[in-house]
Amino acid sequence: MSTPRYHGNPQAVRALVRETAVHRDVYTDPDVFALEMEHLFANTWNYVGHASQVAKPGDYITTTIGAQPVIMVRHTDGAVRVLYNRCPHKGTKIAIDGCGNTGKFFRCPYHAWTFKTDGSLLAIPLKKGYDGTGFENSDAARGLTPVRHVKNYRDFVFAKINDAGPDFETFFGESLSSLDNMIDRSPEGKLEVAGGVFRYMHNCNWKMLVENQTDTCHPMVAHESSAGTAIDVWKTAGGPKPMAVEIFAPFMSSYEFFEGMGIRVWDNGHGHTGVSHSIHSDYSAVPGYFDQMVAAYGEARARAILDENRHNTVYFPNIMIKGPIQLLRIFRPIAANKTLVESWTYRLVGAPDLLLERTLMYNRLINAPTSVVGHDDLEMYERAQEGLASNGNEWVNVQRLYDAAESASPVAVTNGTTEWQMRNQFRAWSKFITMTM
Amino acid sequence: MTGQSQAHPTDADLIGFVLTEARLIDAHRFEEWLDLFCDDGRYWMPLEWGQTDRRLHASLMDEDKLLLRVRVERLKGNRTFSQKPKSRCHHVLQVPMIDSRDDGAGTYELYTPFHYVETRLDEQTLYAGWARHSLVHADGRLRIKLKRVDLVNPEAAFGNIQLFM
Repeated sequence: MSTPRYHGNPQAVRALVRETAVHRDVYTDPDVFALEMEHLFANTWNYVGHASQVAKPGDYITTTIGAQPVIMVRHTDGAVRVLYNRCPHKGTKIAIDGCGNTGKFFRCPYHAWTFKTDGSLLAIPLKKGYDGTGFENSDAARGLTPVRHVKNYRDFVFAKINDAGPDFETFFGESLSSLDNMIDRSPEGKLEVAGGVFRYMHNCNWKMLVENQTDTCHPMVAHESSAGTAIDVWKTAGGPKPMAVEIFAPFMSSYEFFEGMGIRVWDNGHGHTGVSHSIHSDYSAVPGYFDQMVAAYGEARARAILDENRHNTVYFPNIMIKGPIQLLRIFRPIAANKTLVESWTYRLVGAPDLLLERTLMYNRLINAPTSVVGHDDLEMYERAQEGLASNGNEWVNVQRLYDAAESASPVAVTNGTTEWQMRNQFRAWSKFITMTM
Repeated sequence: MTGQSQAHPTDADLIGFVLTEARLIDAHRFEEWLDLFCDDGRYWMPLEWGQTDRRLHASLMDEDKLLLRVRVERLKGNRTFSQKPKSRCHHVLQVPMIDSRDDGAGTYELYTPFHYVETRLDEQTLYAGWARHSLVHADGRLRIKLKRVDLVNPEAAFGNIQLFM
């Protein structure tokens, strides 16, 4: 373990991020990781879950914000609450089973303390044992602590742990247009979690995955073995292009394709690839879908919604969505060198099943632990995590298409192969991790 | 066609087929392994315990022969960096049980609990599960219509699974 040289030293943390390079300690140092958990993931808005996962009162899911276990639950008043997942008594996690329905209250399995679904303490067996002890003034008497700042944005539930950090609208700003577009693709303007989740363990730092989402100079190189092979096999076999090849083939697009697609950056570390077009632009039409959209929105608005083909939108700090195929990936930090990647998919309510089928195929072919594209990427991350142990060069380069004036422009659209979005993420990283140090 | 090749497969033929299939994978004889599948054969590894829906629920693998061919060709590729160095694998099978036999239709179902080890560099990972083979007998030989592989923990967070169980 390294000495804790960064704890209580915001100057040292800021010095890890230069204009065009970042120090390897941001990926490898356990002390930096601990500061990320304590500050970065507390001062930012984090995706918790989707309201369709807790459709009825008492429905809950268990998840994490940074390293902290939380429960997302539908309270009896219909609102979605986020509670820390630890009994105020001895710390026991109240629920560990992923999802379920707890009825009107949670009951701790250790000593049967019970809590309403807003977290407040309902009852304790043999309560008289606390009479005259001043229990009512204890931390335990407050019940399951709620996360203080929760925002349900069109069924996407986000939470911020600290009072510090901007409010929801300020934090995300115009970047919510990507989430809006994904949701608007339902004729009813509504999504539902569907099809299961892939959970894929990575022996690398979580930020390597976030950076990869807007890294447009790697697909034709790293994925030649998977996407390139898929094209070759299909051409040899002949016949019409199957859905799987339609999904694989665009990964082999040229540098010019990715340069031309454009990248848009927003303030606070958010950004997306695919401003004008993307690898999702040329999928086959799904019969009946456009007519449903026209009926719901009118033709002009339907076309405007479907003509957006944003590729990957990064919501800082650690999720990515793909609007055109209703997919969300969350890069869960476990340790400096360990990350759990969850890939979730959504059904467009009121749209043909074939859209969900394609989304699920994409997720399986690209994001599963059995996915050849996933194998290509993970190999690179793990090689990088190990390579960073070398002392020959302590800096990771993020200089591509750097412009010294760029930090004055919080919002911009630029060449699709820039590393501006990576720099944008690290500027936000530096700001939010040191905000409360 | 010989008289012998038109006879129905014996229990030993069916069991031997499943054992040989695993051996071909362990030996990296992937071309011969692919040839065991019908043209419309599938390799299915569900993501959910007891999964029934292959279309609107995700699977770890749901490969037609084209996708299996992509994997096999990729394993040979000079720029397949996740296979430099290559993975190796090792099956231990329980004796396959013949769950159903329909000699008239030439279709057979087998059930085979297994342990499977996949290894690369210094990492070795153990998986356990059940294979279910749906075989067809035609033109004097057995082929795989569907190989279903249910892991005991399909929803767990895995690292790379690069070969075939």
